[in-house]
Amino acid sequence: MKCDYACGSEEHLIARRQFIGGVATGAGAVLGGLGAFATPEAVAKMTKDQKRVIVVRMAGGLSQLESWDPKPGTDTGGPFRSIPTSVPGIRISELLPHTAKVMHHLALARGINTRNGDHGKGTYMMLTGRHRAPGQTHPELGAVVARGLDNESLTLPGHIKVTSGGSGGRNNDAAYLGPKYASISLSGGKPPAYTERPKDVTEAAAKNQNQFRKQANDRFAQRRRTAETDAYVQSFEQAQELMRQRDVFDLSKESDKDRERYGKTQFGEHCLLARRLVEKGITYVQVTHSNYDTHNENFSFHFEQLGEFDAPFATLVADLAARGLLEHTLIVVLSEFGRTPRINKYYGRDHWGNAWSVCMGGAGVARGAVHGATNKNGTAVSDGQVDAGHLFHTYLRALGLNPRRNFKIGGQKIPLADPAFEPIKELLA
Amino acid sequence: MAADAKQVHLAKSLAHTAPLINCRFDPSGQYLFATAEDRAIIRWNLADGSKVIFKGHDSWVRGLAFSKDGKTLVTSGFDDTLIWWPMAADKPEPIRKVTAHKGWIRTIAVSPDGALLASGGNDRVVKIWNTADGKSVAELTGHELDVYSLMFHPDGKHLLSGDLMGHIRQWDVAGAKEVRKFDAKDLHTYNSGQRVHFGGVRSLALTADRKQLLAGGLYKGTNPLGAVHEPIILRFEWDSQKVLKKHITTGVKGVIWRNIIHPDGFVMGCSGGSSGGYLIFWKAGEDKAFHKFKMQDTARGMDLHPDGIQVAAVHWNKKVSLCRLEKKADPKKK
Repeated sequence: MKCDYACGSEEHLIARRQFIGGVATGAGAVLGGLGAFATPEAVAKMTKDQKRVIVVRMAGGLSQLESWDPKPGTDTGGPFRSIPTSVPGIRISELLPHTAKVMHHLALARGINTRNGDHGKGTYMMLTGRHRAPGQTHPELGAVVARGLDNESLTLPGHIKVTSGGSGGRNNDAAYLGPKYASISLSGGKPPAYTERPKDVTEAAAKNQNQFRKQANDRFAQRRRTAETDAYVQSFEQAQELMRQRDVFDLSKESDKDRERYGKTQFGEHCLLARRLVEKGITYVQVTHSNYDTHNENFSFHFEQLGEFDAPFATLVADLAARGLLEHTLIVVLSEFGRTPRINKYYGRDHWGNAWSVCMGGAGVARGAVHGATNKNGTAVSDGQVDAGHLFHTYLRALGLNPRRNFKIGGQKIPLADPAFEPIKELLA
Repeated sequence: MAADAKQVHLAKSLAHTAPLINCRFDPSGQYLFATAEDRAIIRWNLADGSKVIFKGHDSWVRGLAFSKDGKTLVTSGFDDTLIWWPMAADKPEPIRKVTAHKGWIRTIAVSPDGALLASGGNDRVVKIWNTADGKSVAELTGHELDVYSLMFHPDGKHLLSGDLMGHIRQWDVAGAKEVRKFDAKDLHTYNSGQRVHFGGVRSLALTADRKQLLAGGLYKGTNPLGAVHEPIILRFEWDSQKVLKKHITTGVKGVIWRNIIHPDGFVMGCSGGSSGGYLIFWKAGEDKAFHKFKMQDTARGMDLHPDGIQVAAVHWNKKVSLCRLEKKADPKKK
């Protein structure tokens, strides 16, 4: 396979030229070590101006009625009331009092209709911006932006998922973009698995092994370099960088005061970790908060879960704003779908993709905007209906990427986003 | 007339326009009060079936209690608020509103002498109020999670409060101090996959001889978000705090929303869940139920009439089941 997988986006090419300047790119950059050619000044500037993304995935399906689109006093409204926010006219659920105070940094899409009530399909749709079709797999948002915003000066992986559990390690979510852009999971917020040098391998021995590996790689690549060999080399180099920069993932390096402010819950720690990671230059960080699949006792469980979500999330938004990072960082709070307006026999709400909401903010987003609306009791979209594809386009546009441009994969052009959709202009700054 | 639990049957249904949440008979037995998802409190006159709506809360209402003389109804809502009402008024308007908690007030109870009202909810605090004027008397703190149930001890000196963690705290009312704690951990589960606390002490009752405490809720909560759990009532020995019995049943998925000790000595539990609504009956010395009665729909609350025969249960299908604990009357004799 020809080594032809650079992003075709104009914005990316300009950014790279601007910040890397005359630095040689290509095989040398990969083979010689990812950070080998970038000056500290270039890295610093790139890190500051680089666009980033933090996605909070509310696993299981957050209820729009208990969050972004409350309908108190209606037959579907449930027991919670709505509260005013820092944006006049926007009211959200009383379960989000801290988030309400940072609403002026955020925006809402309230007219989402994905016509889907399946967890797997919904997750795929919301993270790829495309409806799943047989035989086709598309890269997730994290892979697309890690690739689209890639720059050679950043030596750490661009696509990180912070999960509450699981085994950690590399995921299979980059499709045709290749393993370089696949996510690495930080299970429980811990540093990537297997990034500590085994105790029985001395530092000198490890250094010798890697030197030998690099020599062999260089020799092989001179005549037979392919995308696959680059991917292998990339994996090794990235592993080396992960081992070298393991502190990036170490939350204990944050101050006690900050750890207190974010709270001692796992989600609080993961929000602080997300801040730390984007500050260190990671392009895309996805934090999962679980679980909202509340077929039973929806209100008690949303009280519990959003009680854990609200303060750390609002602290994260406020911190990014205070540090000047919010203008460079897109924030998205999404689920695979919303929950039924109808309250079931067990005080639960079931799967519902026909009229629900997503919250976003930060880079490129019109602060305090609301696009779309649902009817009086939330059973249908009444205005500004959008699908997952519209949202995906909007995220890319907000990051300065042109969703209509193509990735060049093995000589084939593949659009960054589903060309059937458009960005939501009303949500873009 | 002695009740016969095995003969329990549906005698009558009452209907509202929204799913129902909870219910109580007034002390005289003339009325049944129920609460609903439309925020209404409904008063049915049992003699003629007529109903009056009380509107005043800004959210759902779960707590219902009466003054000792039966003339005043106190309700607690998920709107932080306690409201005092004239119980039998033709056009009831709130006598008093008190913003009592931060968040849901899940439960209230009136002291045996009628002087005090206790309230508890999602802010994890138990508060005591002067029933006559609504003034704060004491705040009791210590619960780690939401307060789900309250009961004054008949001696009037102690208050019991049960929470989501499966802890039952016994408080000295006058001193506003915790005396001791019962461990009802069987009623609590933490699901590490779903990352939720579930269960809790949903109901409390004390035997007439004051020697045993009953705490109802759920166990086997293998899928909290999916309503997979079974009803259970724990029977504690009052003095030793040991669990004497675990009242369970087979074939019922649900939670005990309320347990009542019938004056005849048996225990009745109201279970609601994925297998429907049940009235379940246990004898004091037996683990397994001696009878269960499936109702028209899942149940969310229950009360026993002062006559010891009538039982009301409220349902999601907007109806009240008025059941009787006696042999069904022969229609031919009518």
